[in-house]
Amino acid sequence: MLVSILHRVSGNGLAFAGLAVLVWWLAALAGGEASYDAFVGHATAWYGRVVLVGLTWAFFNHLVSGVRHLVLDIGAGYELERNAFWSVLTPIAGVVLTVAFWAIVLLA
Amino acid sequence: MGNGTPIGRVRGLGSAHSGSHHWLLQRFTAIGTLVPALWLVGSLVAMGDRSFKGVHAWASQPLSAILLGLLVLGSFWHARLGVQVMIEDYVHETANKFAAIMLLNLAAFAGAAFGLLCVVRLALGA
Repeated sequence: MLVSILHRVSGNGLAFAGLAVLVWWLAALAGGEASYDAFVGHATAWYGRVVLVGLTWAFFNHLVSGVRHLVLDIGAGYELERNAFWSVLTPIAGVVLTVAFWAIVLLA
Repeated sequence: MGNGTPIGRVRGLGSAHSGSHHWLLQRFTAIGTLVPALWLVGSLVAMGDRSFKGVHAWASQPLSAILLGLLVLGSFWHARLGVQVMIEDYVHETANKFAAIMLLNLAAFAGAAFGLLCVVRLALGA
């Protein structure tokens, strides 16, 4: 049940906040250096980092549990043990991928 | 077939023949968003120069523009379908539901159109 709730929360978070940031980023980039620097200023401020880390978590969580949905849709993975295993693994994988992404972006 | 309760009015009519269309589109657009989204995340990770010049040069390449355009289309389409399901689950009053889905359509089409315009401007070097 938690996986289903997280799928909906992260999906709607991406739909409202994620798409707004995506379009803002594209518009700032198309607008020229000044508007892009203004975007980067917000994105690298503490509140921008909070939003972006939240959005990357939503992205990776929605991605992993979405792929789980696609697998279940073709009728695979309904055995009790295997189903429980992947339902535990998906939220963990979402967090691990988020940490890995930011580790590479900030440290590399 | 009764004519009192809502369930009584629809009992015996069979399927509406449109539910599986939404369900299938949700899956197709999921995969259609997955591919360009993974490409974007990979590109952002691999990008050496994340200054305006570097990102602008990268986004202006034809392949980047096509994938960014597909990402905008796929993600807004997929989001429109997903938010519709949430509205149908939580908004039960008919007029409110109609208004919410109308606003959702306006926002999704406007957002996608604006996003595509930005990608085109980048690609054509405006």
